[in-house]
Amino acid sequence: MSYIQKPTAFHPALKKNKLGLTRRDYEGAMSTLCAGCGHDSITAAIIEACFKLDLPAHRLAKVSGIGCSSKAPTYFLSRSHGFNSVHGRMPSITTGANLANRDLIYLGVSGDGDTASIGLSQFCHAMRRQLNMTYIVMNNGCYGLTKGQFSATNDKTSPSKKGESNLFEAIDLAQIAIQLGAGFVGRSFSGDKAQLVPMIEAAMSYNGFAFLDVISPCVTFNNHPGSTKSYDYVRGHNSVLDKLDFVPAEEEIEIDYAEGTTSEVDLHGGAKIHLHKLDTGYDPTNADQAINTIRTRLNKGEVTTGLLYFDGREQDLHETLGTSERALNQIPISELCPGSKNLAPINDRFR
Amino acid sequence: MSGINDFVVKFATVNGSGSASANLMFAKTLFRMGIPVSPKNIFPSNIQGLPTWYEVRVSGDGYLARRDGIDLMVAMNAQTYENDLKQVVSGGYLLYDSTLPRKFTRPDVTIIDMPISKMCAEHWADTRQRQLFKNMVYVGAVAALIDIDLGVLEGVVASQFKGKDKLIEPNLKALHMGRDYIQANYACPLPIKVTPGNATDGKILVSGNEAAGLGAVYGGASVCAWYPITPSTSLAESYERHAKALRMQEDGKKLFGMVQAEDELAAIGIAIGAGWNGARSFTATSGPGVSLMNEFLGLAYYAEVPLVLFNVQRGGPSTGMPTRTQQSDVLSCAYASHGDTRHVLLFPTDPTECFTFAAQAFDLAERLQTPVIVMSDLDIGMNDWVCDELDWDDAHVHDRGKVLSAEELDAMPDWGRYKDIDGDGITYRTIPGTHPTKGAFFTRGTSHDESARYTEDGVVNAQVMDRLLTKFQTAASILPKPVSDIRDESSRIGIIYFGANRPAVMEAMDRLRDAGVVANALRITAFPFAEEVRAFADDHDRIYVVEQNQGGQMRQLLMVEADIQRAKLISILNYDGMPMTAEFIRARIGAAESHAKIAAE
Repeated sequence: MSYIQKPTAFHPALKKNKLGLTRRDYEGAMSTLCAGCGHDSITAAIIEACFKLDLPAHRLAKVSGIGCSSKAPTYFLSRSHGFNSVHGRMPSITTGANLANRDLIYLGVSGDGDTASIGLSQFCHAMRRQLNMTYIVMNNGCYGLTKGQFSATNDKTSPSKKGESNLFEAIDLAQIAIQLGAGFVGRSFSGDKAQLVPMIEAAMSYNGFAFLDVISPCVTFNNHPGSTKSYDYVRGHNSVLDKLDFVPAEEEIEIDYAEGTTSEVDLHGGAKIHLHKLDTGYDPTNADQAINTIRTRLNKGEVTTGLLYFDGREQDLHETLGTSERALNQIPISELCPGSKNLAPINDRFR
Repeated sequence: MSGINDFVVKFATVNGSGSASANLMFAKTLFRMGIPVSPKNIFPSNIQGLPTWYEVRVSGDGYLARRDGIDLMVAMNAQTYENDLKQVVSGGYLLYDSTLPRKFTRPDVTIIDMPISKMCAEHWADTRQRQLFKNMVYVGAVAALIDIDLGVLEGVVASQFKGKDKLIEPNLKALHMGRDYIQANYACPLPIKVTPGNATDGKILVSGNEAAGLGAVYGGASVCAWYPITPSTSLAESYERHAKALRMQEDGKKLFGMVQAEDELAAIGIAIGAGWNGARSFTATSGPGVSLMNEFLGLAYYAEVPLVLFNVQRGGPSTGMPTRTQQSDVLSCAYASHGDTRHVLLFPTDPTECFTFAAQAFDLAERLQTPVIVMSDLDIGMNDWVCDELDWDDAHVHDRGKVLSAEELDAMPDWGRYKDIDGDGITYRTIPGTHPTKGAFFTRGTSHDESARYTEDGVVNAQVMDRLLTKFQTAASILPKPVSDIRDESSRIGIIYFGANRPAVMEAMDRLRDAGVVANALRITAFPFAEEVRAFADDHDRIYVVEQNQGGQMRQLLMVEADIQRAKLISILNYDGMPMTAEFIRARIGAAESHAKIAAE
């Protein structure tokens, strides 16, 4: 059995959020991933972000494809509906779900195999349409469930555990995301909770397509010396552009940073992102500069993390299509059916 | 054989030349004169420059199947003169553009020449207009030849160009040019001609795709995702057009969400996501698209997600004949996807049923929590059919199936997503966002228990699969019933058919009866089969199964799923991509019955 229920008893003194919920209320089943898997840290970060956002769990739907990463939604938010779909097709399921009900928050969880290979097309088109969702790739450069084959995000310079070399160049999902118009593009590392948690909070508050490429080492198949997706490598080569603080709507916090290093980004919902730039010359609203910076640093073997790109327009698919503000799934079918009175003139046109 | 209100006219043109709208006006005029017509568009998979035909059977008796033998060929394409001439019956007529004179080698065919290009060149300066109005000139010529009521024809032209009034005058001019030329040069009308009737009262002339798209609007579909593919494209476009007319808020926002997907995989994925989230959703495609959708169909079957899939079938296998018709996806849809899957199929017989079945499919999909595949085809979908006008009962309550509200969830403490509480195999589902603490579950295509939790316990998984079988049996009891035509209770000859073959089967039965062979018929409307299918088989000794595929796919399904003896079922198969003729069926059943009679004697 791979479904392990967590015990429900917990300490009464656990901290509660505005909804009166504890972090435990945002947890899911016991993880069955390998001990030390980066994905479990991302799961913890998602739980923390949802707790801090005071999110009613039933207002979020979690959607995934196939693979280790796509199993992860079982391990968080047990009060949310989840949909573990087929390999590489999470974006289309999410598109349909979002069309049906624009009022929920959609959290898509995928992996590098699920997104960069079999699902590349759906990933691209969901971004092109500015689907309002948060799309997290738990990126470990390999296929874990089938015992460690290279994935398309594995760097060419990064050999397998058995020493086989990787023949092909890596696909950088973050660069693709910027190029195809994702409104919010961030990269983080499963080992950097301080960076990851506010990034998830901000992404989930963004109205539009928010993409997070989270490097998440596979402890079993891709954490060896020479791997560019290992804990040691990413810690040693993490080129951090900026640190984020997420400030929910109607909340103001004082931050003490050196003049000129912090900028404020407003989200349409009223929340703010405080961006503490470690590289003061970097402008995350400039797509060309973003791609240039990522590529230059990549050539030096560095992994660029932080808020890579941000489009303040926050236009989503519903706005583009001109659909009703009402959730389509809440409209009674009787209201959607035009009735016999409208059929008579239509019949006349067919004569 | 041919005569008044009983003949076939065929227009041989070049595609992209604007002939389609002229041809439609011709058919519509006869329809408005009260004469049943069955136009068939025989078109290439091409945009411009290849041969295309529009074949119109005119039948005062209401026989709407195709009929071989052309009485009047309007030969407007020099590329195909030779073959077009061959199709004309002895004693028939061929009208052609004699601007470039041609010698035709059939003394038994009357050649009617008219210098159409020259006439248009003399009247219009613009080359595009010269080309376009040629079509109306030949319509005018045919109107004179077969005695079409000019007032009705002019009325059709006026309604065709309603809103583009500037076009009415030159079209009428072209019409009269053709008509006047023929009247001045030939004895009119021909023996094949029309007289007004009232056989189209209460009827409409419409295509199945148009009607199905409208049916989806009436069925309450609010999400549509699709990918362009012939011959299903016009179904999605019809939905969009009607939804834009009927589903707009006052502020101009749409009460429907429509996405042209990147491929068929995404199209059905979007439909599944929306169905899972409580909206009525559909996609429309044809055979190649269904092949791509197979993995997702298995997921929707196993995870029990409602959606409607319109399969407007075309000629296969592979890319096959994209612009020809077939019924060759019966088995691939009945069992689409790997593993033990089976799907609910509906078989509309004409555009009217495309409308009613489209609307009904959404009720069935939500009641059964499974994909419902509406099996139309190119003939029904893209050709205009004379059929009953569309009807909607305002007392109809759309069946949302077993969906729990927050209050109902609270009252059901032992709820499990896949727990069969009622014993009909249909379980209670919850829509995301319904309840703050209850009713959440993890939808998955992996093996699961009654609570939707992953399990590797094979016994538990087998129980879920067995329940799905129970649900499938429930489906058989609520699907549209087969339609029987019992002409003689004592006859042991039966015909089983479905879909577009109805006109051909009905006419063949009449001709067989004329020859003393009385057959009864059963039209299958849905799969899984209702009890009545088996009962019909029990009541007949020889059953002819009429279908448009090579493998006798419905026959195979009847053997396996209705447990009908193989020896009883005799295939009548046509798979050349053209709608079946009554003669094709009559000849085969007639021959088989004479053999049976001789053998019995």
